[in-house]
Amino acid sequence: MIKAKNLSKRFGYTIAVNKASFEVKKGEVVGFLGPNGAGKTTTMRILTCYLQPDSGTAEIAGYNIHENPLEVRQKIGYLPENAPLYADMMVTEYLDFIGEVRGMPQSKRKKAINRMIEVTNLQSVIRRPIGELSKGFRQRVGIAQAMLHDPEILIMDEPTSGLDPTQIIEIRELIKELGKEKTVILSTHILPEVSAACNRVLIINDGEIVASGSPEELTQRAQGKGIITLTIRGSKDEVERGLKEFPRVEDVEWLAEEVSDSSISEGEIRNTEWGTPNSEFGTPKSETLHRFRIRTQQGQDLSEELFRFVVEKGWSLSELYKEQVSLEDIFLQLTTKDSLNG
Amino acid sequence: MNTTYAIFKREFKGYFSSPIAYIYLTSFIVLINWLYLRGFFLINQANLRSLFSILPWIFLLFIPAVTMRLWAEERKLRTLEILMTLPVKDVEVVLGKFFASYAFLALSILLTFPLPLTLALLGNPDGGQIIGGYLGALLIGGAYLAIGLFASSLTENQIIAFIIGILLSFILFIVGEQLVLFALPSFMVPFFEYLGLGSHFDSIGRGVIDTRDLIYYLSVIGFFLYLNIRSIEMKR
Ligand SMILES: Nc1ncnc2c1ncn2[C@@H]1O[C@H](COP(=O)(O)OP(=O)(O)OP(=O)(O)O)[C@@H](O)[C@H]1O
Ligand SMILES: [Mg+2]
Repeated sequence: MIKAKNLSKRFGYTIAVNKASFEVKKGEVVGFLGPNGAGKTTTMRILTCYLQPDSGTAEIAGYNIHENPLEVRQKIGYLPENAPLYADMMVTEYLDFIGEVRGMPQSKRKKAINRMIEVTNLQSVIRRPIGELSKGFRQRVGIAQAMLHDPEILIMDEPTSGLDPTQIIEIRELIKELGKEKTVILSTHILPEVSAACNRVLIINDGEIVASGSPEELTQRAQGKGIITLTIRGSKDEVERGLKEFPRVEDVEWLAEEVSDSSISEGEIRNTEWGTPNSEFGTPKSETLHRFRIRTQQGQDLSEELFRFVVEKGWSLSELYKEQVSLEDIFLQLTTKDSLNG
Repeated sequence: MNTTYAIFKREFKGYFSSPIAYIYLTSFIVLINWLYLRGFFLINQANLRSLFSILPWIFLLFIPAVTMRLWAEERKLRTLEILMTLPVKDVEVVLGKFFASYAFLALSILLTFPLPLTLALLGNPDGGQIIGGYLGALLIGGAYLAIGLFASSLTENQIIAFIIGILLSFILFIVGEQLVLFALPSFMVPFFEYLGLGSHFDSIGRGVIDTRDLIYYLSVIGFFLYLNIRSIEMKR
């Protein structure tokens, strides 16, 4: 549906978008995620033919942004950042204006306006000037405006920014609903939003696309570092050697020594997800607890193998967990590392 | 054309969405009437010549005020982003805005009609001169509007747009005035005389409607509307 190839745009010395290439398939809901000034808005402005890229091109529903900008705009509904609407117009008057400029005949316009008022729940404010509306209502008028001509593609720049939590949820639900039949691009810096509303995320930093994938994929990929922490009662050297020799373990790091008596350690065992301690966990009480961090090759998940290995060795395992990487971590990892390099 | 008409309607209505339009129209009418009456009692003559001769100077202040909002506000409030991502050609939007400001100007001029009417009652005015005067007013007004609209497209600050509009109009008006022509080498005089907004206005105001004058004003309007299209295309 949308194919962008090597889009670049600079403003003076700032490179707002740097060779961005991406594709959005029909029916996808894609989130642009990135810190302030990453180039999300600029990319959207290029796709909607508001700005011309310095180089690169994009095709939207089969139309090229350079050759057929009017057709491209016809295919897209766009909600710019902060929903800039004409404050002096009333809601219906405004929607009518948009429909008229879009060349919709009057009868069709009327129907579309009524439908959008229903979809976006604007019934209570239709006769009020837009300038008097609360931010959430204005945002909804913005969405109504973008959807009026029933476009195949919807592009929304920070659709939930500045809204209160209830309204955020409402707008997200609305986007989800719309996403069922439309191709949607939205931008945000709110991470839960991407997980909540998008099938796919493009992480943008300094004008470059640094990662792309479904929220789950991205989490997995970053977890891909495969970090497992083990707390084992045993002799430090012996355990460390054993773990290092274990196949597919890349790196073992000793973190800490924990002093505890056996009764507590038994309790700990009971509390782990591994269930009740079994008899094989013989507990040589003379040795202390050691905590190790293991990094596996290619981030493979070795937790079960390691568990079995430890048990076979007759060491007492007090704790084993995979480090969870959240979307926040990935986001910070990708966006701060790159900004340091750049 | 539908697009242009939709934009024309919105902009024209937009003038009346705040009291500014009424304040504007009132001060324009009061000023015109006061100047007219002063001339009427001072020289005791039933014609509008003196009024028309100062009209370009009145317009110089009034017209950039009519156009200053049209682009600058869209830039400032970023409504331009929605407007220019609708399937519209730049030229359609420019024309819609231009005609809206033209309609507003025509309305202001229309409100001065009681003057020639009273003249007709009191004496026997030269109809050709009055028609010529009004036509000239519409033409020079149109040129000022095109200039002012272009000025508005250059900035997001209405006051700056207003001042640029005055300056540009003033320059184009003054180049054809005697004062400037006097200072020029003689071979350039006809050129600058033709270029100035004022000389054409004078001849039309005398009731002499020459196609060259019409072409002149239409070219000035066309030229600045073209610059306007370019400037919104480039400055986003
Ligand atoms: N019209 C412009 N003139 C000059 N610089 C601009 C312009 N628009 C954007 N920039 C610059 O380009 C870079 C990218 O801006 P952009 O608005 O696309 O970021 P963004 O990802 O949308 O940020 P935010 O999350 O704050 O909305 C920024 O450094 C910004 O200052
Ligand atoms: Mg932005």
